Amino acid sequence: MRAIRAWGQQIRESSSAQGVLLVLPAFGWMLVFLILPILLILILSFAWRGQYGPVDWGSSLSEFLDRLSLDSYVRLVDPLYLEVLWTSLRMAAVTTGICILVGYPVAYFLARSQGRLRSLLLFLLLVPFWTNFLIRIYAWMILLRTHGLLNRALVGIGLLSEPVTVMYTPTAVMIALVYEFLPFMVLPLFTSLEKIDAHLFEAASDLYARPARTFWRVTLPLSLPGVIAGTILVFVPTMGMFVVPDLMGGARTALVGNLVRQQFLSARDWPFGSAASMVLMLLTLVATLIYTRVSGFGEELAV
Amino acid sequence: MSEESGYAVELREVTKRFGETLALDGVTLQVRDGEFFSMLGPSGCGKTTSLRLIAGFETPTEGEVCIGGVEQGRRPAFQRPVNTVFQNYALFPHMTVYENAAFGLEMKRVPRSETRERVLQALEMVQLPGKEDRTPRQLSGGQQQRVALARALVNRPKVLLLDEPLGALDLKLRKAMQLELKALQERVGITFIYVTHDQEEALTMSDRIAVMNLGHVLQVGPPAEIYERPASRFVADFIGETNFLEGRVAAVETEWATVAMDVLPVRSSFARRPAVGDRVTVAVRPEKVRISRRRLEGPNAFEGRVEGMTYVGKDSDYRVRIGRETLLRVRVQNETTDGADVPGVGETIWVQWPPASGRLLEE
Amino acid sequence: MSSRRWGLGAYAVLFYVYLYLPIVVLIVFSFNSDRLNLFWEGFTWRWYEQLLRDGRVALATRNTLFVALTSTFISTVIGTLAALALQRHAFWLKRLSEPVLYLPIVIPEVVMGIGLLSLYSTFKLTLGLLTVTLSHIAFSIPFVALVVRARLHGFDRRLEEAAMDLGADEATTFRRVTLPLILPGVLSGAMLAFTLSLDDFIITFFTAGPGSSTLPLLVYGMVKTHITPEINALSTLWVLTVFVLLLGSQALQSRSARTA
Repeated sequence: MRAIRAWGQQIRESSSAQGVLLVLPAFGWMLVFLILPILLILILSFAWRGQYGPVDWGSSLSEFLDRLSLDSYVRLVDPLYLEVLWTSLRMAAVTTGICILVGYPVAYFLARSQGRLRSLLLFLLLVPFWTNFLIRIYAWMILLRTHGLLNRALVGIGLLSEPVTVMYTPTAVMIALVYEFLPFMVLPLFTSLEKIDAHLFEAASDLYARPARTFWRVTLPLSLPGVIAGTILVFVPTMGMFVVPDLMGGARTALVGNLVRQQFLSARDWPFGSAASMVLMLLTLVATLIYTRVSGFGEELAV
Repeated sequence: MSEESGYAVELREVTKRFGETLALDGVTLQVRDGEFFSMLGPSGCGKTTSLRLIAGFETPTEGEVCIGGVEQGRRPAFQRPVNTVFQNYALFPHMTVYENAAFGLEMKRVPRSETRERVLQALEMVQLPGKEDRTPRQLSGGQQQRVALARALVNRPKVLLLDEPLGALDLKLRKAMQLELKALQERVGITFIYVTHDQEEALTMSDRIAVMNLGHVLQVGPPAEIYERPASRFVADFIGETNFLEGRVAAVETEWATVAMDVLPVRSSFARRPAVGDRVTVAVRPEKVRISRRRLEGPNAFEGRVEGMTYVGKDSDYRVRIGRETLLRVRVQNETTDGADVPGVGETIWVQWPPASGRLLEE
Repeated sequence: MSSRRWGLGAYAVLFYVYLYLPIVVLIVFSFNSDRLNLFWEGFTWRWYEQLLRDGRVALATRNTLFVALTSTFISTVIGTLAALALQRHAFWLKRLSEPVLYLPIVIPEVVMGIGLLSLYSTFKLTLGLLTVTLSHIAFSIPFVALVVRARLHGFDRRLEEAAMDLGADEATTFRRVTLPLILPGVLSGAMLAFTLSLDDFIITFFTAGPGSSTLPLLVYGMVKTHITPEINALSTLWVLTVFVLLLGSQALQSRSARTA
């Protein structure tokens, strides 16, 4: 009893001990349900596929360890899989780029608007943001079907002579991806644009900058934290995306996400799937790291 | 350990380190029962740290804090018989004025009816009756200040700690509150320990002042003593304005020392007898110096030339060159001159101050 | 100047049309009596009635709510404690905890999903509501911590000192001063955790087992097999729920902004 009380007194006086105690549940949870799984995948990526199960654990630990190899990674270096990796990277980058281009003017308009109009526009942005992404994909599936609404409308007004097939093409995937992630770009952009002191625009114009130069020299640099946050929020999930290609891309558009999913759930080759997902994770981390370094804002991860 | 030391608060050889920085360096200090005690100094001098050590928000690295003769050790704030008025008041924004003021009594489990009586009485005392149901945000800065005061006083602490409580108020209100605080302290008879960087505030309200710098207490004494007989150059400089005249001791008599500076012999009183040849500084307050167009006689009378004059309302500020390179600041009250026929820039005049008004400071 | 403004305004209008057109079409067609859902044939409530009778929908709704409520409660408590630690204390574990708590934001969800799947299968944990809930807590903790930390950022610690000065011990200070003041942040953290859990598909997809299907999994299964107006009806209800919840939270926010 006395020992417990002494311990309590020690913690009461030590800010450091209090900190450790408070963070421990979160840290422990993340250790077990995030770090441990990632380590597990790392180990699995060097293991062998089992005859009857997804992993061959061997008869003993030493046998398992002895047989670890780079085999799965070697198998990844294959034109077929390299193509998949490249497509994923390209699609994620293009989606992010389009989202910035399309979203920036909207965010700018939002930041400059005031009062009720702004609240309304912001609210209207939040509804799709919080609507489940499967529903939003589904909405596009309805629109893009060969005999769907969009084709019929375009044929109807004479823009097309006959319906075009968009569904199950890379184009369909792109359309859905951009639609999915646009709100995730506009919101952080808006947040950082809104923070800019309006006096700065006046100051720039007072110092002879025309609107275009004001934008390039003042607005854009100051909104960079928003661009970076938005980029991470769009790029990272697009890199791992498997649902959109799955539902809208048919067999023709496979991304790394699809590969990983397929290896884990249908082919049941976990070592190979693990290797693919390690590569995916590394690609994402490296790309984000390079991007934030180049933009010079490593600290701006706060969403 | 003496139970009845007669001191409300005592710091014994208290040192406080924050990592590498030394906030307090072996400070010893006694605050008497029932006095209005100020700790005065520039920011970073350790005055706020001292207050926080007394309150129990920090524990000393070395040394001991005693309250009412009892060593506090590592006793937490909520077990100490003192209360604090915080710099920005720290009123609980989610509670009403009444709930704020009643918080301490609630913690002490004082019966409800007694709490009510004491809270209302305290609010009355700080002249805030009828505002019980407001939230702090609905009050002006001055009113918030009064709530903070009531919230602390209602607990009838042995000692009230005030951390620059008037800092956020505008000048006029601050002056009014100074007098009110002093009157309040005399009425309730509680020991006040008041931290401030405003020398005028400290001089106006305090029974005694401790001047601090860089984690040390430099001088403790009543306002007049601190002002008239500063113990060091820092104290003389920090409190009021002072001319510092540097030179070497030429002769020492029983009451005066003669200091040779520039080309002039300056006579000055001293606290500790200096030796001939010591490098010293003589501090002279600008308002102690007389100025005249006619020749002045006696010790410390010098001829000089007016190099600059600034009119500052009730006073005029002269900069007079005496000797070769000594520039003396002189403050003259304008009520005696009526603003007419005063010496102007470029005129040759005489200055003089009594040796007792000078203060010999050793380096 | 104003022509530029008008240009931007027109662009914004187009943007919102683009954003809402698919959703509006989706909602309209949920009332379409055409089973193939290609042409408008007439108004009907049939799909909604079908939805209400669908046992899978009822089960998935129950599962979703169970997982969301449980994971929100646990992740809010754990995340708030972590936020308190990281915002206010200096300690050796801090330099390690911070990146670990940011990691879920910068790694793709699939990786976390298959990682968890491997974890559960390695430790022979049967996939079900338990594994889904454990996983949801894991991805919610960082977001709760982030939101609560932001709220703590402007917290005046002197308020806590004032409480202690007035005789409140640590526990009382936390209960009477700290908690009431950070409560709005904790609540918005909880709301975020709840929404993330309701919405999650990818991690649930890898960690759910038979019988523990949630609404997003159900929608996926339905969409994958064929397009039916029943999905439209379910989606419409979902969008409506989001709409109402958002309206509610906005009203709450503006009310707390007024009283604050």
